[in-house]
Amino acid sequence: MTAIDERRDTAADGPAPEIGKSRKRKEDAHLITGRTTWTDNMVLPGMVHLAILRSPMAHARITAIDVSAALSRPGVLAAYTGRDFADTQGSIPCAWPVTPDMVNPGHPSLAVDQVNHVGEAVAVVVARDKTAAQDALEAIDIDYEQLPVVLDMERALAPDADLVHGHTESNRSFTWIFESGAAGTGAPIEEVLGQAEVTLSRRFLQQRLIPAFMEPRSTVVQPDGEGFVMWSATQVPHILRTMLALTLSVPEHKVRVIAPDVGGGFGGKLQVTPEEVITALVARKLGKPAKYTESRSESLMSAHHGRDQIQDITITARRDGTVTGLDVHLYADMGAYLRLVSPGVPVLGAFMFNSIYKFDAYRFVCEGVFTTKTPTDAYRGAGRPEATFAIERIMDELAVELGMDRMELRRKNWIRHEEFPFTTVAGLTYDSGNYEAATDRALELFGWDDLVAEQADRRARRDPVQLGLGISTFTEMCGLAPSRVLGSLSYAAGGWENATIRMLATGKVEVVTGTSPHGQGHETAWSQIVADQLGVPFEDVEVIHGDTQSSPRGLDSYGSRSLVVGGIAIVNAAQKVVAKARRLAAHLLEASEDDLDFANGSFTVKGAPGNSKSMAELAFAVFSAHDLPEGMEPSLDADATFDPENFSFPHGTHLCALEVDTETGFSTIRRYVCVDDIGEVINPLIVEGQVHGGLAQGIAQALYEEAVYDDEGNLTTGSFVDYLLPSAADLPNFITDRTVSRSTTNPLGVKGVGEAGTIASTPAVVNAVVDALRPWGITDVQMPCTPERVWRAIAQGAEKSERDPGGTVSWGGASTSSSDGSGADDTFADGSGAGSTDSSEGSQR
Amino acid sequence: MIPAAFDYLKPSSLSEAVQAYAAAGEDAKLLAGGQSLLPILRLRLAYPELVVDLGGLAELTGVSDDGDAILIGAMTTHADIASDPLIKQHAPLIAQATETVADRQVRHRGTFGGSLAHADPAGDLPAVALALEAELRVHGPRGERSIAARDFFLDYLTTSMQPGEILTAIRVPKLGEGWSTHYEKLNRVAQAWSIVAVAAAVHRSNGTITEARIGLTNMGSTPLRATASEQALAGAPATEESVASASASAAEGTSPPSDLSAKADYRAHLATVLTRRAVRHAAGI
Ligand SMILES: Cc1cc2nc3c(=O)[nH]c(=O)nc-3n(C[C@H](O)[C@H](O)[C@H](O)COP(=O)(O)OP(=O)(O)OC[C@H]3O[C@@H](n4cnc5c(N)ncnc54)[C@H](O)[C@@H]3O)c2cc1C
Repeated sequence: MTAIDERRDTAADGPAPEIGKSRKRKEDAHLITGRTTWTDNMVLPGMVHLAILRSPMAHARITAIDVSAALSRPGVLAAYTGRDFADTQGSIPCAWPVTPDMVNPGHPSLAVDQVNHVGEAVAVVVARDKTAAQDALEAIDIDYEQLPVVLDMERALAPDADLVHGHTESNRSFTWIFESGAAGTGAPIEEVLGQAEVTLSRRFLQQRLIPAFMEPRSTVVQPDGEGFVMWSATQVPHILRTMLALTLSVPEHKVRVIAPDVGGGFGGKLQVTPEEVITALVARKLGKPAKYTESRSESLMSAHHGRDQIQDITITARRDGTVTGLDVHLYADMGAYLRLVSPGVPVLGAFMFNSIYKFDAYRFVCEGVFTTKTPTDAYRGAGRPEATFAIERIMDELAVELGMDRMELRRKNWIRHEEFPFTTVAGLTYDSGNYEAATDRALELFGWDDLVAEQADRRARRDPVQLGLGISTFTEMCGLAPSRVLGSLSYAAGGWENATIRMLATGKVEVVTGTSPHGQGHETAWSQIVADQLGVPFEDVEVIHGDTQSSPRGLDSYGSRSLVVGGIAIVNAAQKVVAKARRLAAHLLEASEDDLDFANGSFTVKGAPGNSKSMAELAFAVFSAHDLPEGMEPSLDADATFDPENFSFPHGTHLCALEVDTETGFSTIRRYVCVDDIGEVINPLIVEGQVHGGLAQGIAQALYEEAVYDDEGNLTTGSFVDYLLPSAADLPNFITDRTVSRSTTNPLGVKGVGEAGTIASTPAVVNAVVDALRPWGITDVQMPCTPERVWRAIAQGAEKSERDPGGTVSWGGASTSSSDGSGADDTFADGSGAGSTDSSEGSQR
Repeated sequence: MIPAAFDYLKPSSLSEAVQAYAAAGEDAKLLAGGQSLLPILRLRLAYPELVVDLGGLAELTGVSDDGDAILIGAMTTHADIASDPLIKQHAPLIAQATETVADRQVRHRGTFGGSLAHADPAGDLPAVALALEAELRVHGPRGERSIAARDFFLDYLTTSMQPGEILTAIRVPKLGEGWSTHYEKLNRVAQAWSIVAVAAAVHRSNGTITEARIGLTNMGSTPLRATASEQALAGAPATEESVASASASAAEGTSPPSDLSAKADYRAHLATVLTRRAVRHAAGI
């Protein structure tokens, strides 16, 4: 069952509003049938093709490099190493120096004399066609002198650790601290920890993930006089333009960046990539248009990764279940370099660990660490899934410790709906929400009581298939972001968004947006907003985006910001258009502006229904400009830049029922219910799609995905055979619904939905896995909860397993030595597990 | 990635194919559905000078009745196998296992013969061929010969086909009265390879299991038979308990790999669980 409501307007006059309609996405036909120009489809006259040689070593000095043999291969025009660009390539920019003393070792696009992760670019071959370039890579001769690899974050911080970057003092990039006592947002944490009645500490691991967007990255650069035009499969054409100008010392007005239709990003294309810089350098050096498109293997090992944290969490509470303090310590793996927002990702989580709960005191300490792995950066949710996971997992553990019902514990501590707006211990003011309503609806859809009864029955029968129930009551901060907040967090840019509305002579409308859709459906949603604002047909609106020449101002799409920030800029621009049109209508109708009603795209003189002017008529009147009010310029066009005052705070309750086959360890999601509150909804169908995709991605972190390095620093999950993505066949039929608490911080009352499913679902699933295994005294299973890990957890019971219980995994992202926790009460007393197991391994204690 | 350059030949008769393939020797590769070969070429793990495409040989596709057996053309695709009425009737184990292979796209290209010739122990069909005691027909420069499935798989990606030989058909004996089969597979996501799988064919008469043939997927460098379990089952009562106790020895004599998706001890455990389930299912217990 899936709830998609379609709001109907019962008013007799005029069509139903567009907002709230489940419009099919107008962009889908051409995206799905490929009738569009993806970057890799671009062909420019005289275009040359690049192939990039990548380091097979995780950490090594380049002692010799010789490209001459490659130059003599057929079709090859040029070959370059980092030396050739050492003076011109600059450093991949990091726009988020989270602390004044943050160490940024610099990030050459093409390695000059040292490589610091497998997959780092070391040489580039330019040829007449892609095949020739690819073939010639094999002729490049490189001598590497191996350096010790740095893979474990905790060991990397030891005083005698091998250094990733020899010129730095340690592998620490930064330590970022928030403490409620010092910030004045709550009590001093030490005081609260010292007085705690109950203290619970847990270590959770966020494995390394790969964004795995559908369209691999691709870049075409056309040199153009002093500057260049770049087409790139990017989420951030505007940011890219500014950053390329700074990195390559090309005046910004000589750089044009175009993001054509882009096939997904999930944060993975929120970047200024070495490949973009290399393509620009080569094109400019040769004076020819150049193209680089990565293979999937290259994408998996060199496009930035996500997550990878060790989370040490301490929660304190009174015996009655009232939480008092939350103390968070993170190690965040930056990988070998800092990319665009690498350090900011874990820091964004700082404001979300306390989530929907009322704590007296809170501390957050994050240490950013260098390792010899691919850099990490934004990945769907960026910082907030990590926070939500940790708090929702430890709330479950606390409930077990206190012997309390898990939902009761949450209810007791969350912000009640009558308490909004509420300023949290992390200093954010949540404007609206109703956790009770979302939770009640979710419990009802889920059939909680029946499932609890079934679980008890399976436990009593020691059924080989056990049932686990998982809860995640979450919130997130969306709509990145109020510029002044970003400023206070040392982010280099602001968080505003821009829109322009152009009225064409025939009454058609062009909307220019600074957001940069890459699969979300903005063309449809923005058209719906504008259709309602101007009273024009949905079909009459064209959305223009993704080209810094036609849409010169914008800050692009990420962080669930497009609607909440970019959509409001559109509303504001539309209101300016209407104001201009009203002035013109009053003039033409010989009435005062105050005497005009505006509805369904027409201005009507009050009390004289026949006397009206439509937007189309007014647009033509402006075009002809024969009869305008005195001093009015002949234009209805308007633009607006919107800078939000606050974030928006979607929330929701996700419930997961999951069956664990205790004989094989295999988990199957039996039922998944989510009730999300994302405020008002522009297009329920698009929302549904975002939620489904988000759930798939969050569930994938819980059960399937993990980027794994071996002990030499090789990425062993280098193809989709080993980096497992689930498909529809692996996922349940999602039961979704919504409650609506309008956001009070923007005129549409919207909150953003791009990341909700991903943020909420991971802990719901893992809580269900752990719940199924409680009878064995199990208090954690490392993500992804693979069948092998689950089986080993059962086999070892409450005896804590060593880290790396599964596969030959050496360094599956975050690494640690233990995952501690106390046992639960209702353990299967003989420790032999449920049901019959055939092999001794399955039942040993 | 882009494969290194190679010559391409698409013969229109088997004799032409045999001749061209044999003449090129070690430097040639046969192309069936390409689902395993093309990734190998694209990752540049192989550099053949010549690729001989078997796609033009109509005589290598289709399923026919061959008396006490059915004959499956090596180039019959997984998709065609899964819906073939003769296979459904006489060798449903093949259809059931084939339906678990990869995804629709792969099943529409990949072939039965290609899967066996590729001899990947993680592939689902080698263990099935072994359990069904199939016979593999190959054509080479010295004519035609038949190889029993148990003699076909020599090592990881290695078969007993000689240089220049092409697998043309697979002869699968019809299972008679009293036989039933089941394929039990554990993989992490629907389109992923088996961690372990078990192909079981069980003959039952009254309350007794008279014979069981059990093929194991991904429990060694070749597909294997669970010999110890087979012996324990022969003549055993068709009960839950006896199947469970016989299945406990399913991993005996195997040497399962340790890799990213599972360590050897977990595979050994899975073999026992999946054997029990496959045999119980097949025997209707
Ligand atoms: C994403 C993906 C997932 C997969 N998952 C599974 C799975 O879950 N289970 C599974 O069993 N398989 C799986 N496969 C493999 C699939 O079944 C292939 O079809 C099979 O392995 C090879 O068959 P093919 O026809 O594609 O052979 P090809 O790739 O064309 O050839 C494979 C090898 O066999 C040789 N060969 C082919 N035909 C002959 C012949 N007639 N005589 C002699 N040699 C020959 C070729 O030279 C080559 O070396 C998967 C493949 C992919 C791409």
